[in-house]
Amino acid sequence: MTARDGSTVLRVEHLTMRFGGLVAVDDLSFEVRRGTITALIGPNGAGKTTVFNCITGFYRPTEGRLALQRGDAAVWQALEALTDSGQRGVVRPDGALFLLERMPDYLVAQQARVARTFQNIRLFAGMTVLENLLVAQHNPLMLASGYTVLGLLGLPPYAAAERAALDKARHWLERFRLLDRADDPAGELPYGAQRRLEIARAMCTDPVLLCLDEPAAGLNPRESAELNELLLIIRDECAISMLLIEHDMSVVMNISDHVVVLDYGVKIADGAPEAVRNDPKVIGAYLGVGDEEVARVEAEVGL
Amino acid sequence: MARMRLAGANIRTELSEALRDAGLTALIAFGVFLPLVGFQTITDIRDVLILTSRWPLLFALVGSIAAARFIYVLALAPRLERGALRLPQRASATAANILRNWFIPFAVAFVVVYPLLVVIAVGFGGAVRWIDNFGIQILIYVMLGWGLNIVVGLAGLLDLGYVAFYAVGAYSYALLAKTFGLSFWILLPLAGTLASFWGILLGFPVLRLRGDYLAIVTLAFGEIIRLILINWVPVTNGYAGIGSIPRPTFFGIPFNADDNGFAAVFGLEFSPLYRVMFLYYVILALALVTCFFNVRLRRLPIGRAWEALREDEIACRSLGINTTNTKLTAFAMGAMFAGFAGSFFAARQGFISPESFTFLESATILSIVVLGGMGSQIGVAIAAVVMIGGTEIMRQLGFLKQIFGPTFDPTQYRMLIFGLAMVAIMRWRPRGLIATRAPSVFFKKRRDISVDLVAEGRG
Repeated sequence: MTARDGSTVLRVEHLTMRFGGLVAVDDLSFEVRRGTITALIGPNGAGKTTVFNCITGFYRPTEGRLALQRGDAAVWQALEALTDSGQRGVVRPDGALFLLERMPDYLVAQQARVARTFQNIRLFAGMTVLENLLVAQHNPLMLASGYTVLGLLGLPPYAAAERAALDKARHWLERFRLLDRADDPAGELPYGAQRRLEIARAMCTDPVLLCLDEPAAGLNPRESAELNELLLIIRDECAISMLLIEHDMSVVMNISDHVVVLDYGVKIADGAPEAVRNDPKVIGAYLGVGDEEVARVEAEVGL
Repeated sequence: MARMRLAGANIRTELSEALRDAGLTALIAFGVFLPLVGFQTITDIRDVLILTSRWPLLFALVGSIAAARFIYVLALAPRLERGALRLPQRASATAANILRNWFIPFAVAFVVVYPLLVVIAVGFGGAVRWIDNFGIQILIYVMLGWGLNIVVGLAGLLDLGYVAFYAVGAYSYALLAKTFGLSFWILLPLAGTLASFWGILLGFPVLRLRGDYLAIVTLAFGEIIRLILINWVPVTNGYAGIGSIPRPTFFGIPFNADDNGFAAVFGLEFSPLYRVMFLYYVILALALVTCFFNVRLRRLPIGRAWEALREDEIACRSLGINTTNTKLTAFAMGAMFAGFAGSFFAARQGFISPESFTFLESATILSIVVLGGMGSQIGVAIAAVVMIGGTEIMRQLGFLKQIFGPTFDPTQYRMLIFGLAMVAIMRWRPRGLIATRAPSVFFKKRRDISVDLVAEGRG
């Protein structure tokens, strides 16, 4: 797969999520393009994390189609046939296409290779940093250990696979400047390092799409700038597409290639960061007023 | 003048508080010991139960507890609060290191030569009791503890019905050996397989349960198995149990006084000691296999997935781990070792009945795991030695009769003493004897993780 050929990696169509009478996400459609960073923003309670949970399989959407593709863009042609077939996905030698709304959470991560982080960091606090990264490589290691049988006997194929897993962990630890803390328990790391570790752990699953839920929350400006750099490196070097929820506008405006704005579960804007920033509807949503009043309120608060 | 009055008032409030506390303690002690110590049933000469009271003993006990509490609140507690008697935090980590480096080889060597030591120490006659009651009994519980450790310690799934799998193993061996005449060595793996099958069967309905709910359902499962054993009389013979279960043989040579028995074949004088020693080494081998599996599994992806599951299930799912399968393998693995232990138990006893598989057994095994420190191999082994060895030792404390009179029976107090020991350990070492977690893999240095960071698991 080439870095930024502009083809679509994730297509969200008519996504609706209802909890009883509450419509958390209403008829949302957008696309994430390969090798780009798409930001999902909106005021508190707009339904951003719900969208994430739908994409990563933690919620089953009430309605809608979530299609994820990897490899050759030609696989997209199979979309309609796949939808009708009732299958979860098609895997061809040149690429694969998955319908995420049909898959349970662990298969979304395992087969469709969508990795995620959490708003309130979810590390394995009592395990070391290195162990955290090895747990992330569970599935390939499990296969190499012959579902534990070969591993119990200590046969060479497993030993080689474990060495490779350790090398990959070392690589990402170096990248995220965590190598000197590799043998420390994850719960002992400072907050910023925990955030980085969670992203490093997600990267160890070899994702096609990386979903970051407020990666800059609780970081100071310097840490936040470092994170920006890191995310740009991941995007450019590893050709990984990213979807991120963020409240920190310095992150959103600096690194995202595309911004989708949600308000009360409805998409109110979709475009380049500059365009979205000046959209009266978006300003209105953040200020809590209708878009016709934006000019007046802006004048009032001196913007 | 005013200050003196104030100080006097202070002492008065402290005194009255300590008195109130002591009074409350006395009340609780009275409530607890009234049925335990205050009343006693004695069978009289006509075989009739009569109720007698032991007021002096009861009041002496309650009075001394109240006095102790009074002194504690007034004098000891303030000093404790000032941190004078606080244990150093760092010591436990180095202690664990010393344990790991020196204790294990020594302990393994000791258990290997234990029967020989006993024979040298007390001679042929007395050795059977020491090897059987202490050695074999403790090793069975060590093995059960290590098996349950997979489920509770590593995967963090609180299982209160573990004895059910032990029972499945025991009855599998007893029934298959009696009906089909299969040998111990064939039935051992078969009993393990059957038990792990039941483990998966229990696993399915409880997959979605967590914490207390999981504990209740596993508790019920243990009771269901026991009730089936009691009520399915045509197969299990109910309360009467199954007797004359075939004993394991030494590669086909039985341990009896016949001409083709073990002693005769090897030209030795017949003694029941040979069979006991053989059984001892069998259970020692089984326990070591369990330990090997435990240690090995922790370093494999499945073991790390278990521990990760204990830490955070949602994070596991986000990393593509199939938590259903992971939980089921934990249940199956744990149950398998209980099955092995169960079939050994049946072969050793020669008789089994549902009496041996009550909830108390589950509780004992679980307390071994919790006391030892969840996830710790050495801790579990030590806890098993203390718990089971302690029970046995209390049976042997005949000399206490010299102090407390001939009617004193130390075994009657063992639950009381255990309760106190448990309370003490939960007070001072709430996460068990070995309260550190050793990482399964490291780059530079293996540094033990304080258990404060490690989750206990909620489901």
